[in-house]
Amino acid sequence: MSGALAVFRREARLALRQSADSVMVVAFFLIAVVLFPFGVGPEPNTLARIGPGVIWVAALLAAMLSMERIFQADYEDGALELLVLAPVPLELTVLAKVCVHWLTTGLPLMVATPLLAIMMNVPLDALPVILLTLALGTPILSLIGAIGAALVLGARRGGVLLSLLVLPLTIPVLIFAVGAIEADLSGLEVKAHLMLLGGLLLAAVALTPWASAAAVREAVA
Amino acid sequence: MATFLGENIECVRGERLVLQGAAFRVQSGDALVLTGPNGAGKSTLLRLMAGLMRPVGGCISWADTDRFEDIAEDSGAHNQRVVYVGHADAIKPALSVRENVTFWAEINGGGGLDSDAALMALGIPHLADLPARYLSAGQRRRVALTRMLTTKAPLWLLDEPTTALDSAAATLLSDLIKSHRAQGGMVVTSTHTDLGLDNVLRLDLSRVAA
Repeated sequence: MSGALAVFRREARLALRQSADSVMVVAFFLIAVVLFPFGVGPEPNTLARIGPGVIWVAALLAAMLSMERIFQADYEDGALELLVLAPVPLELTVLAKVCVHWLTTGLPLMVATPLLAIMMNVPLDALPVILLTLALGTPILSLIGAIGAALVLGARRGGVLLSLLVLPLTIPVLIFAVGAIEADLSGLEVKAHLMLLGGLLLAAVALTPWASAAAVREAVA
Repeated sequence: MATFLGENIECVRGERLVLQGAAFRVQSGDALVLTGPNGAGKSTLLRLMAGLMRPVGGCISWADTDRFEDIAEDSGAHNQRVVYVGHADAIKPALSVRENVTFWAEINGGGGLDSDAALMALGIPHLADLPARYLSAGQRRRVALTRMLTTKAPLWLLDEPTTALDSAAATLLSDLIKSHRAQGGMVVTSTHTDLGLDNVLRLDLSRVAA
């Protein structure tokens, strides 16, 4: 356990010293959402209608930008094979890396969301539910992304391949997240959608570290 | 008294037979030097010994007073007894030298020297607070070698440890290997230069390779 904490501390320290990466993810998120009013026209009702979906899809694409980083640097400088050889279970190491990935992408995306919700004319009453879906959903993206990031290690153009692998797997997250927001906007019960999202998160926490760790072991062999 | 042994090891990489019939037997206090031309399979054998890869044929096992097992059976236990220093230095340029050394000490469970003492043993205590991006190739190698000293792991696997080292550092390294052996440790190293070790076992892979 103390080994996993050491990984967490190192990753967090690296992320803080290379914070430009997180800034870039948030900047992409902002720009991607801002493009929509230009594309579909500034009509407030249209924007309010598509707002939650646009925010979620943009968050998904933005999270995708940074996923390759989860293992890439460690793979290139040889640290990954040493992490595989370390007495710390590789699954815990992966989980520590995913935590830091979420703190440096998922969390900043959530912080930027209220601003974008206002820009997209989404009713502010829906904001708590939007943030709740992001809080439950973005960790799932980081967890699934870690599998993809481990699978594309050593591949050329890994970033594009990673998106092709991971994006289809995130469709359930998108469906339940936007479903919850739509339900809230039309005055229906949101609990079922949120519980399904929570269930997905729990399943992802329990299962994905094993898959990522297996892919990492394969990559360094 | 522990024994680390391999029998009839075969390994295939990229559909090419890299190792065939390699065998070794290393006991506490022994040093095994792997020799052979480039491509003979020295690095591959070290990676097999570390447990990063599995051999296609043959077995690598560890015998102790209380057990005898294939290293693949309990990789967690094997990870506790191995330090592997490969070609890549695994040094993060954004962290200071001390932070790099301390991280690997924590990850590997500690039990050896602390980071400052390990840097002192490799003759680079003055670099501790420097960001690792400013290190020269030889200094990076010295930092990578501190990983051997910050744990209690008995088995050192060193893949061409003298690459980029100056003669003073090479002498330091051979002294460290000597004291590790004197304390009952084992060392397996591939090298093209003479480390000045006495009483070593040798495995010439040029004859073993297919």
